[in-house]
Amino acid sequence: MNPKRKQRLLAVTFIVVGVGAAVGLALFALSQNINLFFNPSQIAAGEAPVDQRIRVGGMVVEGSVNRDPNSLAVTFNLTDYNGVVTVAYTGILPDLFREGQGVVTQGRLDTQGIFQADEVLAKHDENYMPPEIQRAVDKAKQAEATN
Amino acid sequence: MIAELGHYALILGFCFAVLLSVIPLIGAWIGDRVWMRLSRPLAGAQFILVLGAFCALGANFLMDDFSVRYVAGNSNSLLPWYYKLSAVWGGHEGSLLLWALILTGWTAAVAKFSKSLPLDMVARVLGVMGLVNIGFMLFILVTSNPFLRYLPSSPQDGADLNPLLQDFGLIVHPPMLYMGYVGFSVAFAFAVAALLGGRLDAAWARWSRPWTTVAWSFQTIGIALGSWWAYYELGWGGWWFWDPVENASLMPWLAGTALMHSLAVTEKRGVFKSWTVLLAIFTFSLSLLGTFLVRSGILTSVHAFASDPERGRFVLGLLAVTIGGSLLLYALRAPVVKSRIGFSERSREIFLLLNNILLVVATLTVLGGTLFPLIAEFAGYEVSVGAPYFNLMFGFLAPILVLIMGVGIYSHWKDTPAGTLLKKIPPLAVVSLPIALIVPWLMGAFEWMVVVGMFISIWLIAATLLDVWTKSASRNGRWKGWLKTSRSFKGMVLGHLGLAVTIIGASLVSHYTVEKDVRMEPGSVSEVAGYQFKFVSVGHKQGPNYVGDRAEIQILDTDGDLVSTLHPEKRRYVVTGNVMTEAGIDPGLLRDLYVSLGEPVGEQAWAVRVQYKPFVRWLWLGAILMAWGGILAVADRRYRVLRKAKVRDQKEVSATVDSVTGAAVGGAE
Repeated sequence: MNPKRKQRLLAVTFIVVGVGAAVGLALFALSQNINLFFNPSQIAAGEAPVDQRIRVGGMVVEGSVNRDPNSLAVTFNLTDYNGVVTVAYTGILPDLFREGQGVVTQGRLDTQGIFQADEVLAKHDENYMPPEIQRAVDKAKQAEATN
Repeated sequence: MIAELGHYALILGFCFAVLLSVIPLIGAWIGDRVWMRLSRPLAGAQFILVLGAFCALGANFLMDDFSVRYVAGNSNSLLPWYYKLSAVWGGHEGSLLLWALILTGWTAAVAKFSKSLPLDMVARVLGVMGLVNIGFMLFILVTSNPFLRYLPSSPQDGADLNPLLQDFGLIVHPPMLYMGYVGFSVAFAFAVAALLGGRLDAAWARWSRPWTTVAWSFQTIGIALGSWWAYYELGWGGWWFWDPVENASLMPWLAGTALMHSLAVTEKRGVFKSWTVLLAIFTFSLSLLGTFLVRSGILTSVHAFASDPERGRFVLGLLAVTIGGSLLLYALRAPVVKSRIGFSERSREIFLLLNNILLVVATLTVLGGTLFPLIAEFAGYEVSVGAPYFNLMFGFLAPILVLIMGVGIYSHWKDTPAGTLLKKIPPLAVVSLPIALIVPWLMGAFEWMVVVGMFISIWLIAATLLDVWTKSASRNGRWKGWLKTSRSFKGMVLGHLGLAVTIIGASLVSHYTVEKDVRMEPGSVSEVAGYQFKFVSVGHKQGPNYVGDRAEIQILDTDGDLVSTLHPEKRRYVVTGNVMTEAGIDPGLLRDLYVSLGEPVGEQAWAVRVQYKPFVRWLWLGAILMAWGGILAVADRRYRVLRKAKVRDQKEVSATVDSVTGAAVGGAE
């Protein structure tokens, strides 16, 4: 093999290995960090995995928000009008978190069937609703209409 | 009346864009000099018309003309005048008009500062920019006209600007970012013009380099402003969320960084020609993709405007035409002749190639993570990709990139004498390793990623400073020697130092932020990172267009001395009913103290988030250094000399290599 070819082969091997490693790592990272979305009725039916990072979205049930007076712990119920799941969260809720509004929460389902959320997302302003929450709300409304 | 004039000006501007894209391109095709010469006045006229349309919209806002739908939707008579003005780009239609204004502005700038270019090149570049202008103006006129009215009955008052946007950061963030996004269209136009002309030599790279660097600098500032704004205005102290739209701005930035470096190789050495052209197309396509992601509302994002499928389809079509058209052209016209210019595996060319590969891989990583939820949705899954994915990928790619950078600074074009590069590694490691180990110890907790982050940053700083030390040697002392180095060398130094500063900030603030959510009432004290946060009182506040609660929080250090008094607020904007958290921040070079009010949890008691954020300012300081470096590089003497001098033989490839050591080395960046 002449030196030029050798050099080229080396370069190509290097690039292939490098890019391969990057792609491999990306796929690995992706597989570890994808959060599947469930709605309350799926959780009520036991379809959601326990202790795995998932997202749950739905409407906050009116009158269900319960705040611990001495700490920042709060619980509330989420519904899609077919099922209800209780969400526990500690911390500050977003500015636009209200009863009767759509929210998406992220966290893990514990063995008691309570969703331990570490993140609560509400819509961003009065006019705009993120597509994810919009879908959850639409589904919930549909279910309500058919019931 | 003014709205109609604005609309009319925009339509005329569109007609001029059509003329601009037809006449000069045909002129260049058939070799008609008169037709080619028309490109400059057409570009100017187009700019003035769009500027007129933009001013008309601005006037509508200032005069509170709520019969104009867009004004009614984004303004209110109570709004201070400067927010009325910035509300022009506070919504979808107006921000597109700003986009069009900047695009025509760049076109006019190219027309003005291209005196030294051959006429056919100018005609082609301006023609291609005219084509892009057509796309955007058509988009505005067909799907997002800001001049539509509510007739016959119009609302008494407007719906108000989203309170998140009533802020200084948001006055400047979009224009800066758009200057960057749109600026890459110039590099794109140069690349396509070179393909059209079939003259893919070093000349086009030389011409488009300063434009690319300026656009890149603007985008750097734009992204940093966005991050800074999110930090203080969203109220929770986050500075980067891997939100799809942030990603949309990061992708062209990464690709643009790669482009800047590969343009250097193409200009200086005449190699990587096809690659550079492809990269220019890729960068601008990513800018368009960003627009598509923001405008179509298909992704969940803070930035998404109310979704409208028609708009999404239009941008998707625009994207398809741009990418498809330019790639087709590329396939037809890319040079088949292989360059005979050789370089060794220790050459600067190789280091810049590695830089390019890594940056493109990083871009694709972001692209993959951003689009994955969309692809999964087609397959019937509802998923989201979390920040850990991006953090892991960048935690892996950035160190490789920076380590290579540190060594690459010492490489020469063509070939570096054997052994010189390896010799640089021990001193760099000797400086970096101890600091990388001491910093976590000083900060009080050992974190692997901090050691890595500090190691690579110090590595890069040491390499850069050592290089400056060598290059600044002169008979009149180092300071004189440093002053005598070329501006593009200084630009490179600042750019690289800026990156290191940003990495230091990111590593430290990510791992050593202390965050505490506490319940506080007047008199309660909470300790965070050695500071006492004392909740003094909370009271009512009446703003011009909002009402709110305003707390007073005193911060005392360990000795009991007062460090600062903060006034975080919770505001409720009257017109929209939106609730906003205004954080109280005590900024500092080494740490920020950050307090925000959550919600009232009882009589006088509030949920309060207290944060200690070390080195957070370094994130944006680094970005300022990077952008400043870019501007310095463009201000280099050779661009002014070039402009005055007659265009030299365009086939001459490595014209300025080694003519001035500093310039040649600095030119690499």
